[in-house]
Amino acid sequence: MLKHIDEYRDKTLVETLVRTIAATVTRRWTIMEICGGQTHTIMRYSLQELLPDEISLIHGPGCPVCVTPVDLIDSAVELGSRPNVILVSFGDMLRVPGSHDDLLRVKAQGGDIRMVYTPLDALDIAEKNPEKEVVFFGVGFETTAPAVALTIKQAESRALDNFSVLVSHVLVPPAIQALLDDRQNRIDGFLAAGHVCTIMGIHEYIPLAERYEIPIVVTGFEPVDILLGIRKCIEMLEQNRPGVENAYPRSVRPEGNMAARELLHEVFVRVDRRWRGIGAIPGSGLGLADAYMKFDATSRFDLQAAETEEPEVCMAGEILTGRKKPSDCPLFGTLCKPENPLGALMVSTEGACSAYYRYSGSSMAEQ
Amino acid sequence: MNRNRNYTLQCPIPESDYKNVMLAHGGGGKLTKQLIDKMFYPRFENEILRQGHDGAFLPPMDGKVAMTTDSFVVDPIFFPGGDIGELAVNGTVNDLVCCGAEPLYISLAFILEEGFLLNDLWKIVQSIALSAQTAGVKIVTGDTKVVEKGKGDKIYINTTGIGRVLPGMDISPEHCSEGDAVIINGTIGDHGIAILSEREGLAFESTVKSDTLALNRMMMDVFRKKPGIHVMRDPTRGGVASALNEICLSSRTGIRLIENELPVTDGVRGACEVMGLDPLYIANEGKILVILPKYDAEEVVSMMQAHQAGEQSRIIGTVTGEYPGMLHMETTIGSTRIVDMISGEQLPRIC
Repeated sequence: MLKHIDEYRDKTLVETLVRTIAATVTRRWTIMEICGGQTHTIMRYSLQELLPDEISLIHGPGCPVCVTPVDLIDSAVELGSRPNVILVSFGDMLRVPGSHDDLLRVKAQGGDIRMVYTPLDALDIAEKNPEKEVVFFGVGFETTAPAVALTIKQAESRALDNFSVLVSHVLVPPAIQALLDDRQNRIDGFLAAGHVCTIMGIHEYIPLAERYEIPIVVTGFEPVDILLGIRKCIEMLEQNRPGVENAYPRSVRPEGNMAARELLHEVFVRVDRRWRGIGAIPGSGLGLADAYMKFDATSRFDLQAAETEEPEVCMAGEILTGRKKPSDCPLFGTLCKPENPLGALMVSTEGACSAYYRYSGSSMAEQ
Repeated sequence: MNRNRNYTLQCPIPESDYKNVMLAHGGGGKLTKQLIDKMFYPRFENEILRQGHDGAFLPPMDGKVAMTTDSFVVDPIFFPGGDIGELAVNGTVNDLVCCGAEPLYISLAFILEEGFLLNDLWKIVQSIALSAQTAGVKIVTGDTKVVEKGKGDKIYINTTGIGRVLPGMDISPEHCSEGDAVIINGTIGDHGIAILSEREGLAFESTVKSDTLALNRMMMDVFRKKPGIHVMRDPTRGGVASALNEICLSSRTGIRLIENELPVTDGVRGACEVMGLDPLYIANEGKILVILPKYDAEEVVSMMQAHQAGEQSRIIGTVTGEYPGMLHMETTIGSTRIVDMISGEQLPRIC
């Protein structure tokens, strides 16, 4: 029995919540969960199968691996191929295809690519290999960014001058705004990512909810958490009551984690960033603040960001805005598979296409 | 496992001679002979090995012969719950068991990296000898090669196993039929998590130990009384999900797992939750999946439970007519999902 996990995967509780949701809903609603972790849970537990037909869930862009732009992956691949560089990354970035190669292939060809669970381990690698340049591939939302910020500060205090970060952090609220600005979007309500709000708090979501008159419910990651979020969202929709509510209070405080927020504020500044499958979103990324620019891998290695084309047929944009399901794409499960992802959403287990492929049996149906 | 190993016995090749493996240890000359005479022969002692030929002459055998081969490259070579030597013997034995065979003979080939500590080789040799003795198999022939430093990683082991198929046993995925029960002999994911917990860069504190274990004694009991087993598989690399997916595909039947029935220790579950892994895809080295007619299932479970290797045996699923060719699972919350074949390596999620 694992505390804080099993009680949120409880069958009786799930059944009760599903009944309440079914009793509340009176018309069709489309709800988007932002985070890939939530997509993963929804698919892994087939939650859609339990919900009334009126509710359709669409899967948002909250998989940092999926949305990392191709040109940054190309930069990582280029750095990882250099003989004097050790490229350190979180595990699931290794398989993400750039325009030609992924990091696993670079590793197979002799590149020194290492996988860690915490960016702080990259500092130990830098200390043990003073003759090499150690580059950490800093990917993720507001969740992983504080650990990278801390790592950069420690690199400074440990006077490591062979350490740098390829910064590719992205922010959730600008992406929500971009989705809502797309007039063709079909989103009636959002489940916001609970762990992002654990760090950032909920204040950034209030103006969004007001401006676009939409409910945003801060939601956790276990099946019971997600159903609690959906129930709250449906209640708000049925009562025509836009706003921000917290359905994950065991983790999220309204003000967030002040220490982590201060770290982010000190080390990073907001920059424009392109999202794979969506395009450029103003102010949606983090870059290093001037005081920490010496740890910026892009300028240290003079990397040129080349605009790279994505496959025209890929429907990532339409899937992310809820106009299409992954299975509507002609490439899905045929040319585009987790072993050979052509588009962003097939890349990580948290991408909508990959989650569909793994858990809905499309992979088997073709055989 | 409470087998009493004694690693305090000194390496029979005095340190004053050599502390490390030299290229000449694989050269076929004096040093090779010293390894064989002082290290291998005394520990692997049996009449077939003592024949001293280039190969082994095996006595005639009744019935069908089963043969398997495997290579062992695990890193680290010593891990919580076992080492590469024990893994090599148990892995080979278990492959033969999955053919419905009684494991009898094993060949053993070492590929050593120049500079490898002779004392570590000695520990591994003792571990192999002890595991072979426990499983009741003979090491009947072998080979040693040494590669230059940097051309290999400490030690690789290749084995071949030969066994006698028990009368009446006919194992094939084609026999897998609707209504069959799926049994496993204990908790899943222990080996893979024990190895991960030791890997550089991923090291985390864990009490999880590898489950490496030879399953022949437990299964011979079952084979003799219930030879009507349809399929068996040891869920090593790729875990239970991959082994059962293969069976689904080749039998064109569906298998339905019950998530609540899957035995997983809290240690493995906790590690998987933190790292974003799924125990269904994690390697095991002392587990066997047994698929057999439902009417025999409860009795076979009790027979397996009578052995230490099968104390936690239980039925975890059934063969169904639904979803042919697909492994699917009733989740803890009562919904159904597909458990797909894994694509590539299972890589940890980042958030």
